[in-house]
Amino acid sequence: MAEILKMVHEIGVGFFGALLWSLVWVVIKVVLLLAPVLFIVTYITLAERKVIGAMQVRPGPNRVGFFGVLQPLADAVKLIFKETILPVKADKGLFILAPLLTLVPALLSWAVVPFSPELILADVNVGVLYILAISSLGAYGIIVAGWASNSRYAFLGCMRSVAQMVSYEVSMGFTLIPVILITGSLSLVDVVEQQKDWWNVIPLAPMFVIYFISVVAETNRSPFDLPEAEPELVAGFFTEYSAMSSGLFFMGEYANIVLVSFLGALVFLGGWLPPMANPIFSMVPGIVWLGLKASFLMFVFLWIRATFPRYRYDQLMRLGWKVFLPVSLFWIFLTGLVVQLGRWA
Amino acid sequence: MMVTDVFFYLFATVTVLAALGVVGARNPVHSVLFLVLAFFSTAGLFVLLGAEFLAAILVMVYMGAVAILFLFVVMMLDVDFARLRRESVRYLPLGLTVGIVMLVELALMLGHHHGSSQGPVAEKVENTLAIGQALYTRYLYPFEVASLILLVALIGAVALTHRERKRVHRQDIANQLARTKGDAVELRKVASGEGA
Repeated sequence: MAEILKMVHEIGVGFFGALLWSLVWVVIKVVLLLAPVLFIVTYITLAERKVIGAMQVRPGPNRVGFFGVLQPLADAVKLIFKETILPVKADKGLFILAPLLTLVPALLSWAVVPFSPELILADVNVGVLYILAISSLGAYGIIVAGWASNSRYAFLGCMRSVAQMVSYEVSMGFTLIPVILITGSLSLVDVVEQQKDWWNVIPLAPMFVIYFISVVAETNRSPFDLPEAEPELVAGFFTEYSAMSSGLFFMGEYANIVLVSFLGALVFLGGWLPPMANPIFSMVPGIVWLGLKASFLMFVFLWIRATFPRYRYDQLMRLGWKVFLPVSLFWIFLTGLVVQLGRWA
Repeated sequence: MMVTDVFFYLFATVTVLAALGVVGARNPVHSVLFLVLAFFSTAGLFVLLGAEFLAAILVMVYMGAVAILFLFVVMMLDVDFARLRRESVRYLPLGLTVGIVMLVELALMLGHHHGSSQGPVAEKVENTLAIGQALYTRYLYPFEVASLILLVALIGAVALTHRERKRVHRQDIANQLARTKGDAVELRKVASGEGA
């Protein structure tokens, strides 16, 4: 492996020159990272329809390809070839920019997600901070979309959505702080390696629950999908979007779901570490464990969607500010106390 | 030229252009979005300096919260910005004075700064850790006082804007949960034809 890498580097430097090659190499790595991510994003749409179908005792998509496996491709072709309609009164530039503002932050965060101790695009020592910072940008796509559409439904949807995302970002950030306190580092690799003895989900079980509910709200998923709320707001902030421009919003949403599932698996469920120090478990590569844990969390997203009715808006706000915020603040205090006592002992 | 130089000039150019956009844009929403862009490229400059904590905080606090609130206000309020803009020429001398004073102060500060032009970037010292230690040991009291002032401002804002609205139905959750089947449902025998 190392020799192949070295050979690739030599060819690259010979072809592009040292400076340009370092940039080209970064681009190659980004593509190698994002291609699987986008593949998962494409196929989670099929998984969603299949899982919800199974839960509602119906087959789900099964016409395109064997078992419906080509359905996402058919959907993509449909979205690309449909006409993109620009509303006359819309702010054209921002209207086109908004879907990108949703998708790009969802993909940016992947730069610091480690898949194994070595397999990471940018091993920055403030990975958790970086993810929190980037995820706070997700609201811009929605607020810009709602405003630029120049439509009442879209504007109402975007107002709801942004208030919701800003509120739940706070509790999501606060659930990660106890983990940082325990680890003593902001690097995601350290966070995972520290869970060798027991996963963070054991001492921080309430934080894991709050984290998961917060990210469900943060990604605007059912039962917190008030920003879209088909019956009352007609898809909310992207009412005016058609064809691929609305497809990009969906891609951003699913990319965020995949991201927070991986983050939850890394931070609370031990990432690539096997569940027990068992020789048979250790034979399975770490990335498979990570994939399994993240897939489980993604499945829970779909499970919740098929199970619960939509929340009311004031209930949503109350849950975020009056329940999650105090509980997670108290838990930060408690964790700090325990960690400090452990240091003194 | 190093790769970092390329990025420095990229971020610097974008910051300056975005700052010009903030003042120049006709639409106030565009102004705020330009401001967001300026924040973002400034965060990029911080990263280049090795101050990733400051960069993350800038993005989280200013882009993730402050600018969103700006956007909310600007979008919701029906202010005649064209009139404000015409009147803004009156404030030009004041604005220019403030700008010149700040520029002179900056020049004085940089003139006093002997030593390396690199700035205080120490290798192998995590500046997140360093900032945390400085804030919670040496500057503990100023830090706590600042947070208390913020808390007072927060409570003040709530106290000023909060009003009890009469005739609004509120959900009393404890009350709802305390209800039993006994006091909510009553089973009656109704004779046929007398229901209504």
